[in-house]
Amino acid sequence: MAAPGPSKLKRTVWYVILFIPFFVAIAVPLFNRIEPSFYGIPFFYWFQFALILVAAAVTGAAYKAKI
Amino acid sequence: MNWTALTVFVLLFGLVTVLGFIAARWRRADLNHLDEWGLGGRRFGTIVTWFLLGGDLYTAYTFIAVPALVFGAGAIGFFAVPYTLMLYPFVYVVYPRLWSVARKHGYVTASDFVRGRYGSPLLALLVAVTGILATMPYIALQLVGIQVVIAAMGFTGAGWMGDLPLIVAFAILAAYTYTSGLRAPALISVVKDILIYITVIAAITVIPAQLGGYGHIFAGIAPDKLLLAPPTDHNTGAYSAYATLALGSVLALFLYPHCITALLSSSSRSVIKRNMALLPAYSLALALLAFLGYVAVVAHVHDDPAYAAYFKQYGNNFAVPALMLKYFPAWFVGVAFAAVAIGALVPAAIMSIAAANLFTRNIYKEYLAPAATPAQEAKMAKLLSLVVKVGALAFILFVPTQYAINLQLLGGAWIIQTLPIVVIGLYTRWLHRWALAAGWAVGMSLSTWMVVSQQFKPTFPLHLGDWTLPGYAAFYSALLNLSVAIVLTWVFRAAKLSEAPDSTSPADYEHDVA
Repeated sequence: MAAPGPSKLKRTVWYVILFIPFFVAIAVPLFNRIEPSFYGIPFFYWFQFALILVAAAVTGAAYKAKI
Repeated sequence: MNWTALTVFVLLFGLVTVLGFIAARWRRADLNHLDEWGLGGRRFGTIVTWFLLGGDLYTAYTFIAVPALVFGAGAIGFFAVPYTLMLYPFVYVVYPRLWSVARKHGYVTASDFVRGRYGSPLLALLVAVTGILATMPYIALQLVGIQVVIAAMGFTGAGWMGDLPLIVAFAILAAYTYTSGLRAPALISVVKDILIYITVIAAITVIPAQLGGYGHIFAGIAPDKLLLAPPTDHNTGAYSAYATLALGSVLALFLYPHCITALLSSSSRSVIKRNMALLPAYSLALALLAFLGYVAVVAHVHDDPAYAAYFKQYGNNFAVPALMLKYFPAWFVGVAFAAVAIGALVPAAIMSIAAANLFTRNIYKEYLAPAATPAQEAKMAKLLSLVVKVGALAFILFVPTQYAINLQLLGGAWIIQTLPIVVIGLYTRWLHRWALAAGWAVGMSLSTWMVVSQQFKPTFPLHLGDWTLPGYAAFYSALLNLSVAIVLTWVFRAAKLSEAPDSTSPADYEHDVA
């Protein structure tokens, strides 16, 4: 049986949110820089590392919202 | 010979061997059915799927090659980080649809789905052949991971003797995969991942501390390696390469048969979705491992005469093993190396099962023995999993390693050519089956030419007007593949070419178990 899904609008909004970290991750000029560095770790590295956590959190939230 | 490390290594290897055979009794069922042998009965819950997919996606080769790339090339090697973080939202949205339709119709492979969706045995065959071709060198590469750590423990016997440990390891792997099917890598992946996490955590805490901390390590990296080279006049440089490498890898990964096998073995849509939020734990581990490439640079392992011979033989792939030999006590080197070797066995097992499933379902049953019973299917798949492994082993023993690496690279550029057929097919069958076949042929040829013309480098300098856009060959060729499929669909529809039946219905793609 197909589960009764969320409304189409809700789904679309969540898909957009889910893909925000996705597009940030390929917007290379945004993060290809040294400063602001974090305890000597260049921005390029800590930003992408932090983005993993953001992407995971967003995916988890989508699951909670039953998308 | 490093006896302490070797003893720990052999003990851990023995443990997973026992587990591999015990797995046949785990959640006992009739292993003479392909659904049971090849998909673990489609019953794996969230935790087992987490370990299985983690063991499947993050292979030993990944753990060796990603830091090696960073060690050699710097920032560009970090494309693995955006790659893994983009992967999960993508899979979350798209792939539960594949699970649903496969569950509903009993599909075991992506080709089974293509067969049902487009009513086209030809298209199904193309997908099956692409999957098998892309998987074979990938299995061979897992062996390279084992080879490197065995050699690093001092096992450097010449000729036949030197290859013996690898042959033994693979014979054991073949035996328990044959008996237990997908249950074996599922159970072993738990041990593998625990070892991997312990090793990663130890490596990123102990080693950087001895080298003066993270800031000091980054300060020791040449400025031109630390960031991507910015675009120059009429050339988008490393920016487009970085983005397309990540994007192309994301689009390609879950088209690999071993990923689809692990995905279809899960027990519900929720299991897949939950895992997409939980699997990024591995991405964190991978990002930290990538960073070890820089640690290896600052530790000057490359200049250490003790490792010179290994670097000569294995190139930058020796960067991480060298780091471990240099900074870990011998017993822990055994743990770390066992993690790498076991980390090679899990995906090698899943890959050989996936390739065997494809051959059995989409070539053997389709063309050679249409009347095959499920028991005959399972028997065929078991035998084939052996053939596939012997083939991979022979490849590594008799052909230079570089060929396996090159072929695996080509495999990535090939597998993405099934994207329009499989992924777009999950949403619409508007694309005509012959247009898809033509797009596939164009994509396969173009990607092969691009990769070969660059002497087996993944990026291709695309010239567009007076601009040069270096980017992932797989990505560019897949774009052309899709364009051809769209244009020809218009043409074929206008010419009123025949349509084939679709045995799926829209509701099948949302199907879930109660």
